Amino acid sequence: MRLNSRFSLLVIFLLVIGTSLIVYRYSVAGIPFTPGQTHTVWSVEAKVSFTADDAPVNLSLALPAAQPSLTRIAERTASPGFGLRFDEDNSKRRAEWSIRQASGLQTLYYVADFQVANNSAYAAPLFSVTPPPRFLGPLKNSAKALLERIHQTSANDLSLAYALIAEFQTPQQDVQFLLQGAPASQRIVELLSQADIPARTVKVLLLEDGARRQSLQTWVQLIADEQVHLLDPKGEHKATQPLLIWEQGDKSVIDLIGGHGAKIGFSMLKQRMPISGASANSAVLNGTVLNGPPSAHGNDGLLNLSIHSLPLNDQSVFKGILLVPVGVLLVVIMRTLVGLSTSGTFMPVLIALAFMQTSLLTGVVGFLLIVGVGLLIRSYFSRHNLLLVARISLVIISVVLILALFSVISYRMGLSEGLKLTLFPMIILSWTIERMSILWEEEGHKAVLTQGGGSLLVAILSYLVMSNEWVRHLTFNFLGLQFIFMALVLMCGSYTGYRLLELRRFGVFRSSET
Amino acid sequence: MSFALVKPDVMNMKRLSLFNHPLASPIRTYRALHDQGIMGMNCRNLRYIARYNPRRLYPLVDNKLKTKTLAIEHNVNVPELLSVVREQPDIRTVQSVLNDLNGFCIKPAQGSGGKGILVALRAENQEEGQPVQWTRTNGKPLSRNEISRHLSNILAGIFSLGGRSDVAIVEELIQVDPLFQQFTHEGVPDLRVIVFKGLPVMAMMRLSCHDSHGKANLHQGAVGVGIDIAQGVAVNAVQHGQPITHHPDTQQPLIDLKIPHWQNLLRLACSCSDMTGLGYLGVDLVLDKHKGPLLLELNARPGLAIQVANNAGLLPRLQSIEALESIPASLDERLALLHHLY
Repeated sequence: MRLNSRFSLLVIFLLVIGTSLIVYRYSVAGIPFTPGQTHTVWSVEAKVSFTADDAPVNLSLALPAAQPSLTRIAERTASPGFGLRFDEDNSKRRAEWSIRQASGLQTLYYVADFQVANNSAYAAPLFSVTPPPRFLGPLKNSAKALLERIHQTSANDLSLAYALIAEFQTPQQDVQFLLQGAPASQRIVELLSQADIPARTVKVLLLEDGARRQSLQTWVQLIADEQVHLLDPKGEHKATQPLLIWEQGDKSVIDLIGGHGAKIGFSMLKQRMPISGASANSAVLNGTVLNGPPSAHGNDGLLNLSIHSLPLNDQSVFKGILLVPVGVLLVVIMRTLVGLSTSGTFMPVLIALAFMQTSLLTGVVGFLLIVGVGLLIRSYFSRHNLLLVARISLVIISVVLILALFSVISYRMGLSEGLKLTLFPMIILSWTIERMSILWEEEGHKAVLTQGGGSLLVAILSYLVMSNEWVRHLTFNFLGLQFIFMALVLMCGSYTGYRLLELRRFGVFRSSET
Repeated sequence: MSFALVKPDVMNMKRLSLFNHPLASPIRTYRALHDQGIMGMNCRNLRYIARYNPRRLYPLVDNKLKTKTLAIEHNVNVPELLSVVREQPDIRTVQSVLNDLNGFCIKPAQGSGGKGILVALRAENQEEGQPVQWTRTNGKPLSRNEISRHLSNILAGIFSLGGRSDVAIVEELIQVDPLFQQFTHEGVPDLRVIVFKGLPVMAMMRLSCHDSHGKANLHQGAVGVGIDIAQGVAVNAVQHGQPITHHPDTQQPLIDLKIPHWQNLLRLACSCSDMTGLGYLGVDLVLDKHKGPLLLELNARPGLAIQVANNAGLLPRLQSIEALESIPASLDERLALLHHLY
């Protein structure tokens, strides 16, 4: 390969920068190359905002107490100007912020890191049957009828609770009547108490990697056979999924005096921390900007070129963004080294990003359905004399309608997966449909299948690579990799050899060599 | 410089064996292609197109209207331009121009790869006093509505790169030279010449056939016949990337193909390269029954299939031209150079 020297210098320069950043992160920050030798750490950020009334302010926020399978390893707050006190007793913790004078919009942060590990200090909360609520009048009859009905179909306290939740999924007349006065979670607790089963509502936070602006959900906690159980009154989630019990004492999550309009939103991020102990954990985690720039913490400052020095909210965004170069690199390789043709250069990467949200099967089926139906509709429009912009717009509107239709149908069929189809890039899909339709008219269905298949193949490959746990770990923790990607793309861009598929195309020349 | 036609049955037997598949031993195939100087897509794009074709000259060849104007300025023969449709209202008025013709050809000015070309012939049993009826080359009727819609599509930019709005050009039909009549089915055979730094490098005749639906593009199934660049005689022929010996529809032995006016065609190709200033150029020529060699269109990114048709790689020839110290200015000297260059 003939390369001009300045070009090779650039490539070598990028490789050196990338490698040294990676080595630095590995040896100094202690980030391992494989996700396996790590703890999983959930960082949860609660952002409380409210408007102060130009008066002394006192805000009390419920904090998660001991958890069965999560151990708190660090917690931080950011509250400029506020005094902070933790109010703890054996089962409850609250943060109390106060300030003499404040006005306007105030924002307070609480960040805690939880390591996934069985908590030995955790003692199951004990609570007894609250005095059975008194259902009045017609409610009494409904409650009685319901309890009698499910008592017949259940074997023990736990199965009774499950049956009760199932009843609330598809409410019959008596259940609907009960639901008029109170939410399902409260009614379930009341009915369980009525049946002498200790139960109460708790506020839980479902942990989902990279989730932002989440809110707390009300779940039902009950004691059956001297075991504490946690049930989702909506029946959607199982207690085995990662979750954090935020508040379990029937107290409010936020108490605010001297302000109004308090809102709380949660962001969370799953991180992999080296096993080398809590010191390394905090070294990495403390980079999080809270009370000032990272240097204020005496950390490694600018040299620590990691995304981890950003607020959690932005870190989650970057976790996805940093994967895009992987997909782009794959497209470059597929086109210049393999020679696959795709419709729309980087369309497969966007489709792969959509697949990441929907799961592969739903994504592929959704893609095929949308493009297939879109092609049918487009072939109808092509019978009319239409200008290009108008036709493309019609295709976009059709794609929106198809998305709406499929979402409704799949929801009716009980497939909530179908709702995720809206994550597809609609404009890009419309252009794909338009281009494929022209290709169909000009070159026939074979060309459409080759290009469409090529695009789908590259999209699936990108998805497989981008959703790989190891790839995610590396791209998120080693920013230096991006320089390596750049160098690789540069090298691909100057490759003058044959593409893999050209070996087949020009295969006839092999035999006439002699 | 002559290549024997490879017998197809031998080729098919070799293809049947999975072990012999070109991708079964990619490194050996890679070496074999490299040794024969076959040019790949990446090499073409980087070494030749990016280096010898300045970007600012592309519009001259990507826009057929500009090519035509340029050709007329430089006395290069082209099919006669009948009309240009620039705006939607022109579509109505152009129909009256068409009425007096025996046939015409509509092309998008910025179309690529033969996209959007519509050929219309006057229907044979035309009734007196009735409006003119048109048919496609395959004999199927072509309504005025279809013609209007095609023109409208061209203006909207369906066939141009990136959907830019375009203009449609209406040209006279080319009368296929009777010599070629037996080698073609439905369409007009054209000659593709690769011209590098003003010197013809490789040539290929593209014959349309039933498989290609009258189109002369190799990837659409047309027959490609490699032509000896110095002599103008057939050396090899392929269809669908496989060697063939006879035209699939007319059964004519393709090795008999000898192109008349060869020197004139080469001269025309060289002048096209001179007028555009592009270093690496694909020139598409046709031989008209009455007008002789005509320039059909130019291509700044000519395809690589010409190597398969010629059963020879482009790189040795391109490299021997790159090794030349100077290239003579006169066409005659350049053509004389061809005889001892490759």
